[in-house]
Amino acid sequence: MKKHTIAVIVNDQPGVLQRVSGLFGRRGFNIESITVGTSEEQGLSRMVIVTTGDDHTLEQITKQLYKLIDVIKVVDLSANAMVARELALIKVHAEPASRPEILGVVETFRAAVVDIGTQSLMVQVVGDTEKIDAMIELLKPYGIRELSRTGVTALNRGNVKQ
Amino acid sequence: MATQSATLKSKEELIERLSKPEVISGSEILLRSLLLEDVDCVFGYPGGAVLYIYDAMHGNPDFNHLLTRHEQGAIHAADGYARASGKVGVCIATSGPGATNLVTGIATAYMDSVPMVVITGNVMSTLIGTDAFQEADITGITMPITKHSYLVRQVEDLPRIIHEAFHIANTGRKGPVLIDIPKDVSAAKTLFKPVKEVSLRGYNPTVNPNKLQVDKMIKAIAEAKQPLILAGGGVVYSGAHEELLEFVTKTQIPITTTLLGLGGFPSGNDLWIGMPGMHGTYTANMSIQTADLLINIGARFDDRVTGKLSGFAPNAKIVHIDIDPAEIGKNVPTDIPIVGDVKTVLTLANKLAVRADQADEWRASVQQSKAQYPFKYIDSDVELKPQWVVEMIHETTGGDAIVTTDVGQHQMWAAQYYPFNKPRSWVTSGGLGTMGFGFPSAIGAQMANPDRVVVSINGDGGMQMCAQELAICAINNIPVKVVILNNQVLGMVRQWQELIHENRFSHIDLAGSPDFVKLAEAYGVKGFRASNKEEARTAWEEALRHPGPAVVEFVVRRDENVYPMVAQGRTIDQMIMGDAE
Ligand SMILES: Cc1ncc(C[n+]2csc(CCOP(=O)(O)OP(=O)(O)O)c2C)c(N)n1
Repeated sequence: MKKHTIAVIVNDQPGVLQRVSGLFGRRGFNIESITVGTSEEQGLSRMVIVTTGDDHTLEQITKQLYKLIDVIKVVDLSANAMVARELALIKVHAEPASRPEILGVVETFRAAVVDIGTQSLMVQVVGDTEKIDAMIELLKPYGIRELSRTGVTALNRGNVKQ
Repeated sequence: MATQSATLKSKEELIERLSKPEVISGSEILLRSLLLEDVDCVFGYPGGAVLYIYDAMHGNPDFNHLLTRHEQGAIHAADGYARASGKVGVCIATSGPGATNLVTGIATAYMDSVPMVVITGNVMSTLIGTDAFQEADITGITMPITKHSYLVRQVEDLPRIIHEAFHIANTGRKGPVLIDIPKDVSAAKTLFKPVKEVSLRGYNPTVNPNKLQVDKMIKAIAEAKQPLILAGGGVVYSGAHEELLEFVTKTQIPITTTLLGLGGFPSGNDLWIGMPGMHGTYTANMSIQTADLLINIGARFDDRVTGKLSGFAPNAKIVHIDIDPAEIGKNVPTDIPIVGDVKTVLTLANKLAVRADQADEWRASVQQSKAQYPFKYIDSDVELKPQWVVEMIHETTGGDAIVTTDVGQHQMWAAQYYPFNKPRSWVTSGGLGTMGFGFPSAIGAQMANPDRVVVSINGDGGMQMCAQELAICAINNIPVKVVILNNQVLGMVRQWQELIHENRFSHIDLAGSPDFVKLAEAYGVKGFRASNKEEARTAWEEALRHPGPAVVEFVVRRDENVYPMVAQGRTIDQMIMGDAE
């Protein structure tokens, strides 16, 4: 079982997210995360889906996606060098006494504090999935009140041809 | 001749008249577009959300609509029309309950790749999402069982959408496309100009195969000692039956055709070894298991064909020809994948194909096996045997009928004992196995082929799922010959309960069924009943002679089983051969 990051370029039509996610559900493919937003071209959206499965499953996912009329292109980003980023907002319990320690963690990860409450700090961290997992691990001991992750968005590096 | 040129002329005139740019309503646009797409009969059922559409039909002499008695009848009829003609079947239903009544029929068509355009009305655009009266999210409900779907938001989009829908339904891997039209859109007016082009960036089915792959297949044929062709519904859908015959004639490779492939190859041909799979021939299954080359042409390796996958065709190099790339490698790993339209692929292959010279011994042994293991049953002069009835139907129609079936034992006996020689003569629900399909699909098949004999073979169970459509046969004088093989039980379920659940017969007794002769007569359809061979012949021949619709109930042996049988989870060479052995 490997992790795959795929980009799906779709027509920006109502229901297209439902078509794509429905296909995954119906055919028993796993979705670890899914993000969607506009792309470089008007009228097209870019979805980035992180999924797990063997090569056979990935092949089936790709082929089944291509059957959807609104799917223009499917790219296995993880087959080449890619930049993959995720954003997380973490509201961590922070008594005045523990704040310096937490700020230390934030600095090391080049994260940012984006809100301060009486009992908590909100930390924003951007990076690949492993970095965010690590950050969360480090903040856990202080008590994570709320956590929101965006899921991965990604592009291939440099001159990789799609 | 004179009448033909007159109709041709009037058709041209009609097209010209319909194509004239004009400000008309969405409903008018729909009807005109359907006519321009060459639809000569649609099946449907009105309701609030499609009132404008039905109003536009009123007094319209060009538009032919059949009012069924249930939306399920309408959609199966549209399906039968499509399967028997190769044209796109069209059906119309209202929003909410009308639309949801179509779901089984849409799924049936989707599983068997049948081209259909399904029109549903919806509530006013402004009410969508409010749980309005008779609102259902039909595009959402049917997303997993349609090839594509549209919710029309503006009347201006309608001509393009309808044209795209027909294009998508009947190209590539065919399938049902749904168009959901809110009531206000069908009422709104706009300038209509017919759309002739489609531009769908994300939709470009691969028709032409990769030549190198075809070369590889040709080479594999030359090297094979035990080659076999497995042909499926794709042959019929792409109209490749002649190319297939030429391919087999050139290569002299034995061929088995799947349930949906029946009729795609002439059953009288020496090299045809019947249907494979759960109720297939001994020879077809054994040949698959011993083949060293298996050429799959337009079939999808359904589990009813393959049995236990891990033991399927264990010695064979696999070639798979399919228009849908996703089918290749989905169930069975493929050595030589060929993506393309079956007809185009075979046309190319026929230019290169030569006789499989190393396969002489194999051919001989396959043909010997075919002679040695035909389908067998123990006939009776006391009880009527369903197999015998099917053979009689074949004999009396000269094998020239269009046969539709419902789902169950009778379906398998029809497949086994009615040999088909022509494509589009066999209409059956394969992938979904939909009871209630057999009879209404025959209505569609007959509408598409007014001059052919259409026989619908049903069980007593499935017949009761859409029997209400007898009404439309009666009032429109649609001369379908409805056969009911009445064994008084849900036969196929009874068979499984006998063989797999140790005779625990749970809820299969159909006591309380109507008197089918009276039922037919209640609708104004001629009814016959037969319980022995003599009665059977007389009744059937009279039914065939009768110019209108007829129902013939054959009271057959209750406990008859379909053999051979491969139990689920077994490899296809583990066959129960049955009583006659
Ligand atoms: C809509 C639907 N419901 C249930 C089934 C399951 N099923 C398959 S065959 C069968 C029995 C059919 O009985 P009958 O119509 O009498 O035909 P027979 O098998 O006796 O020929 C049933 C219930 C089905 N295929 N479709």
